[in-house]
Amino acid sequence: MGNEQDALNLVNEQVEYKWVGTRPIRPDGADKVTGRATFGADIDLPGMLTGVVIRSPHAHARIISIDTSAAAALPGVLGIVTGADLPELPNEVAAGGEAPINFRYVSENAIARSKVLYDGHAVAAVAATSVEIAHEAASLIKVSYEVLPHVINVLDAMADDAPVLHEGLITKGVEPAPNKASNIAGKVEFAMGDIEKGFAESEVIIERSYTTEAVHQGYIEPHAVVASVAADGMVNIWCSSQGQFMIREFCAKLLGMDIGRIRVTPAEIGGGFGGKTTVYLEPLAVVLAQKSGRPVRMVMSRGEVMRATGPTSGTHVHIKLGAKRDGTFVAGEMVLKYQAGAYPGSPAFLGGMTGFSCYELPNAKATCWDVVSNRPKCAAYRAPGAPMASFGVESAIDELAQTLGMDPLELRLKNAAKEGTATIYGPKFLQIGYVETLLAAKAHPHWSAPLGPNQGRGIACGFWFNIGGPSSASVHVNEDGSVSVVTGNPDIGGSRASMAIMAAEVLGMDLSKVKPLIGDTGQIAYSFLTGGSRVTFATGMAVCDAAKDVVRQLRTRAAKMWKVTAEDVEWRDGSAFCTKVEEGKDRAPLTLAAIAHAAARTGGPISGNVSINAAGAGPGFGTHICDVEVDPETGATRVIRYTAIQDVGRAIHPSYVEGQLQGGAVQGIGWALNEEYVYDANGRLQNTGFLDYRMPVASDLPMIDTVLVEVPNPGHPYGVRGVGEVPIVPPLGAVANAVSHAVGLRLTSLPISPPKLLAAIDGAKAAG
Amino acid sequence: MAKHHVTTTVNREPVELLCDPSATLLDVLRDELGLIGSKEGCGTGDCGACSVLMDGRLVCACLVLAAEATGHEITTIEGIADGNTLHTLQQQFLEDAALQCGICTPGFIVAAKALLDRNPDPTETEVRFWLAGNLCRCTGYDKIIRAVMNAAAKMREETVHG
Repeated sequence: MGNEQDALNLVNEQVEYKWVGTRPIRPDGADKVTGRATFGADIDLPGMLTGVVIRSPHAHARIISIDTSAAAALPGVLGIVTGADLPELPNEVAAGGEAPINFRYVSENAIARSKVLYDGHAVAAVAATSVEIAHEAASLIKVSYEVLPHVINVLDAMADDAPVLHEGLITKGVEPAPNKASNIAGKVEFAMGDIEKGFAESEVIIERSYTTEAVHQGYIEPHAVVASVAADGMVNIWCSSQGQFMIREFCAKLLGMDIGRIRVTPAEIGGGFGGKTTVYLEPLAVVLAQKSGRPVRMVMSRGEVMRATGPTSGTHVHIKLGAKRDGTFVAGEMVLKYQAGAYPGSPAFLGGMTGFSCYELPNAKATCWDVVSNRPKCAAYRAPGAPMASFGVESAIDELAQTLGMDPLELRLKNAAKEGTATIYGPKFLQIGYVETLLAAKAHPHWSAPLGPNQGRGIACGFWFNIGGPSSASVHVNEDGSVSVVTGNPDIGGSRASMAIMAAEVLGMDLSKVKPLIGDTGQIAYSFLTGGSRVTFATGMAVCDAAKDVVRQLRTRAAKMWKVTAEDVEWRDGSAFCTKVEEGKDRAPLTLAAIAHAAARTGGPISGNVSINAAGAGPGFGTHICDVEVDPETGATRVIRYTAIQDVGRAIHPSYVEGQLQGGAVQGIGWALNEEYVYDANGRLQNTGFLDYRMPVASDLPMIDTVLVEVPNPGHPYGVRGVGEVPIVPPLGAVANAVSHAVGLRLTSLPISPPKLLAAIDGAKAAG
Repeated sequence: MAKHHVTTTVNREPVELLCDPSATLLDVLRDELGLIGSKEGCGTGDCGACSVLMDGRLVCACLVLAAEATGHEITTIEGIADGNTLHTLQQQFLEDAALQCGICTPGFIVAAKALLDRNPDPTETEVRFWLAGNLCRCTGYDKIIRAVMNAAAKMREETVHG
């Protein structure tokens, strides 16, 4: 496509942009402030049934039998599905999305087969003519269980005598392979240099263990789907997800169908943060629609969302960091033990790849353990796996700074990764802006502001790769010269605004005449899901390419109208200009509208359609500063000032970029201070609602100040880097470091809830 | 079970309907009246996504029985704008980019209107505590709080000059 050359040109020239970097009102805004936007649960079809799921009350049990006869006999019940209705899939890892996927696990997670593996695991589902009948039918389905011993926590699950969830699970990545099944699904190692030599050469070594709890993505919109199956077997699905093509592929795999027989229309999505990158209800709704011959709508309750979707891993993180007395890092080692939930596939390896990546570290090793236990299967959550490893590393660096009597910012600056720094996972960094974020932090008034009694300040940094991937875009010129931009990625935080801005910039036209839309799986070519902070970068690149193709066509059409060649036509400010001057020829500039009006006579409709596999995603780095005040009487911590600084490449719509930083920071604050999954002795989740699973509310927080550092990514036409995930990486360390300074104790276990902090303060007092 | 007869006013229009005695106001707004702007995020009054006004008082529609609406005036997000003219709060949410996914937005706008109807000049702290019953997971609240403060300032301006 010639992207790279074009991109370099645009980035290197100090171009003044007309739209890029401005803050127009988002194109989907009016519908969202008036209540008209259609989210997953808002879809309503004639004759639609309601489907509800019957879930396991046990953490671990064998299913002896499922008797659906009484439910089936209830008037109004038109369909029942159990695990027996879905095909058995091979136990193999297949290519799929960001990481390889074992679809057998996805299927068993959507509906249990021989065993239930966590409280809330789906066992059956029923569709009926009303919600009331569906719930009554659910209560009539008799499931007989043999309750088995269960295990919840990661270290317990790794013990030799732990109850084993999967009889055939042999640890991968260990030589020689173990001869018996365990809950340890896999081990992955990353290394560079020689850590033994590195630690031998170190003059100071900090070594500690850290823990974090499982936390939920906490999107406000519960999962929702409507499925309809035509008499010829064609399946239509409407749902809220991070990828209509992902839903289509996963349903096809789980139901043994051809992809071409399924069409998925994306609804507006009410938050995802990684949690809507898989299927739960969708395959069940399709089977219920097949069985009943009626459209079926299924919507989870909040309790179902908490018990059976998400969360991300609770973890045990061990960090050893060695340095010279002048602060130069010499060696780092991390051992990560991450909960996967009921099926293998925690993001431990991503913690290993990202944890040390902010730093120049010649000798490093990461050992990453993926461990199953009787919890819901973890799902992606914003920079999956990175915040927990980063919490350990950033805490250790803070402690090292204390030990050496150095400023924690200067210590980071001294060891900061820059262009050419090698990463533990292989490649060397190209152009990155990490140092710039540290310098911006140093210059920020927050960093030098005075603190009061019981207050503390923490700093921490974070890294995320960001990805590109398969992306498609169509740019259609309408008859009047207005433009439609169609892409295949659900807009989760304002990406339609960015798509419109980039298209208008390339076309040189008025932004108000560009309408961005999101196509269903039949209307636009394949696009990988909205995730990995990839959409504004990768799909944006497809939009730019499609718009450039339209410009080429517009020049050709203008040339035809003027009877010159396309080389004689220049495109600027939304109009064609003829550069060939001939006596007696009126060649006044042709507007986009004029060319569009004449399109039928010059070759037909004008549209650009581009599909790319976008490469060149630019890594992202952030530096956060957090001030807290601790109430020593209650152990309550309050964040009183917060600044998030990030290299964003180039902000296409700065308001929505700031919004990503602010939202990510606050999710991280919740992770650090409040949020955790709490289980009882029977392995049942105790906090299944927002009252007990306490996410930050407006009164908990100060304003979240942001600084957008712009070190353009040479791999994108406008220099875009992904921005959505980086900002959840630093807050865990920033908050914990701030609390540690406020109370004069190193806090190593999240969340730093009031009882935990009070116990630590009282314990230190007692110890004198 | 016999249906319950409800006569009420929703967004200044008279409404008459039959509902299940256990139906919530939210169920009826969404499923009977097609007013899908009120969202169900939790069903337990913790998230505020279903915020509506009942005789001007802020309530969670998921915690009100539909039968209780009889004789009262209900205002939902669909009744906040004046026809096609957005309310100052709605316009300010757009201008200040106070929404990302948008699922919590209707609840925030309804709740903020209830605040400004009572207190046209709230402090930041008052806004934060008034909106503490509305959860947003995307924005970190910063731009929402600013939008409400800015809308309040504009509305005060309009009152003075209007």
